[in-house]
Amino acid sequence: MFERIHQMIVKEFAQVFRDKRMVLMIIASPMIQLLMFGYVVTTDVTNVPTALYDLDKSQSSRELARSLEASGYFEIVNTPESPEGIRYLLDRGEVSCAVQINRGFEKEMLKGLPSPIQIIADGTDSNTAMITVSYAARIAARFGLDASKVALVNRERLPGVDARTRIWYNPDLKSRNYNLPGVIASIVMIVGLMLTSMAVVRERETGTIEQLMVTPIKPFELILGKTIPFAAIGYFDMMLVTVTGVFWFDVPIKGFLPLLFLCTGIYLLSVLGIGLFISTISRTQQQAMMAAMFFYMPALLLSGFVFPIDNMPPVFQYLTYINPLRYFLVIIRGIFLKGIGFSLLWPQVAALLILGITIITLSTARFRKRLE
Amino acid sequence: MIENDIAVQVRDLRRTFGSFVAVDNISLRVEKGEIFGFLGPNGAGKSTTIRMLCGLLKPTSGGGSVAGFDILSESESIKQSIGYMSQRFSLYDDLTIEENINFFSGIYNVPRQKRAERKDFILSISGLHERKEELTKNLPTGFKQRLALGCAVLHDPSILFLDEPTSGVDPMSRRNFWKLIYDMAGRGTTVFVTTHYMDEADYCGRLALIYRGKIVAEGTPADLRLRFMKQDVLEIPVDRPVEALESLEKEGLESAIFGSALHVVVDDAATEIPRIERILSAANIRAGKIEKILPSLEDVFVALIESS
Repeated sequence: MFERIHQMIVKEFAQVFRDKRMVLMIIASPMIQLLMFGYVVTTDVTNVPTALYDLDKSQSSRELARSLEASGYFEIVNTPESPEGIRYLLDRGEVSCAVQINRGFEKEMLKGLPSPIQIIADGTDSNTAMITVSYAARIAARFGLDASKVALVNRERLPGVDARTRIWYNPDLKSRNYNLPGVIASIVMIVGLMLTSMAVVRERETGTIEQLMVTPIKPFELILGKTIPFAAIGYFDMMLVTVTGVFWFDVPIKGFLPLLFLCTGIYLLSVLGIGLFISTISRTQQQAMMAAMFFYMPALLLSGFVFPIDNMPPVFQYLTYINPLRYFLVIIRGIFLKGIGFSLLWPQVAALLILGITIITLSTARFRKRLE
Repeated sequence: MIENDIAVQVRDLRRTFGSFVAVDNISLRVEKGEIFGFLGPNGAGKSTTIRMLCGLLKPTSGGGSVAGFDILSESESIKQSIGYMSQRFSLYDDLTIEENINFFSGIYNVPRQKRAERKDFILSISGLHERKEELTKNLPTGFKQRLALGCAVLHDPSILFLDEPTSGVDPMSRRNFWKLIYDMAGRGTTVFVTTHYMDEADYCGRLALIYRGKIVAEGTPADLRLRFMKQDVLEIPVDRPVEALESLEKEGLESAIFGSALHVVVDDAATEIPRIERILSAANIRAGKIEKILPSLEDVFVALIESS
């Protein structure tokens, strides 16, 4: 029994590493994704080109402008002289944010009256617009607070709320730190799905499966021989991305690595199970690849990797419960960013385990039936 | 013990795919050490039969035994005692010759101490000693075929099933291949071989002809010639065989093209030869000397099909 499984594994590795496309997929595709998410896909907002329409032209208005720039989030690139100037600049995309300070800003502020300023953001990129507006509002609020403290220095203390925000786990809100665990999860999924399904379908396509079926090999030996190598490759990719992320992009790992290894294994159960399932519904390698993509794209969108699950319509939220990626993302982000352990992650681990065992049982049964 | 002399035995074996009857209640018996040929045109049910015998396909009804094991309930035991070579080349193209041999030795659980010797044997019968580190996909078809045969007999099976082993192979390689089959049979292996090359039928010890899922004749090649060919076969070299065939068939003469000649089946050569000469000259076809020949198995087969 072990001899046959061993021979299958030796053969699968020989075939995978002899196929340049496969090697590219195993090594280059995780690296490219990692580099993309490390360098290109940052949702961080900095140096927003900003127009300042200053009608007050006072010391306070100049100070507010300086505070905006000093934050690092805004860069004042133009100072139009009319509201039409703001529209012109936004229309042409030369700025994506405009701040208008009305006449009498300083006077009202010194009187302790609310002194409104107008913040306009380019909503064609809604995400950036939201972040920009909230940054600007925060800076303006702090500026007002500081100013009123100066103004009130000789009077009684006024009661008020001073909200101080802190971001935990990822204090600089580096999207890279947030994305890396997601990249690992999605890489392990796509590589596991593709390799498993294609390795089985290739045997069907070339007719070698028939030759195998007349040998004394048992279905479970065949299944193990077809999954163990790709589980190993899944682990390899996980480590490749983790090591590069940690040493090249300085992404911190706060949690316990062995737990990550264990959970990756549980996650791989579902991934390889789905891969086997795809192999039972595909006749050619091309079909297997299509089916893998057909599963992978919605799985990625419904995982919380890019879009928060809480914002989805209820139907889609229910769908996420059968998505292994959803659970693994919570686990891997928890381990990387929060440093939390099994005591908090067990519900996800349990869900993943149940899902994994169910999928692999169903797929194995279907796979055996296809063989017989 | 009669049972012990039987390698393959089936009765009323039937397999349908939907409403299509691929194998229609066939019964046959192959003795140990025989080279048994299973002949028929493409789609006659040869591969379906062989795949049922190897445990790849479940019969719709009927049953039988292979190597003494029941084909319905003991297919796992059958797999240990047979070798099978399918009509598609089915070794791993992207492995080297040696890797393929190692893989199948492992899968068949050939004892470790025997593996080197078996590998050596296979490399020598396929003539691939020098090329063992090459990728299998780079081999010419003839070599691939012999390597596939080698991998099918790695575990020294008592019965060897060959499904169209020589299709697409050049005549020289075909002859070499048959020599190998003879060697194996000489060592006591039973060989069950399908082919649609009628000229290969003469290599077999015994034959069954299958047509549209039914066995239409069975016996030794010589037997079949005598029993089923009461008529005479004439060979006529002609310059335009297709037109010649058309004009003869219009006159009700059963003919077939063999290269640049026609074979015509007649009841009595003496009376029919002048008639054929008349028909051909009327159609302006130049014909050579008409001769009565020994019927080939192909003639037998054509005659059997026409009469069924």
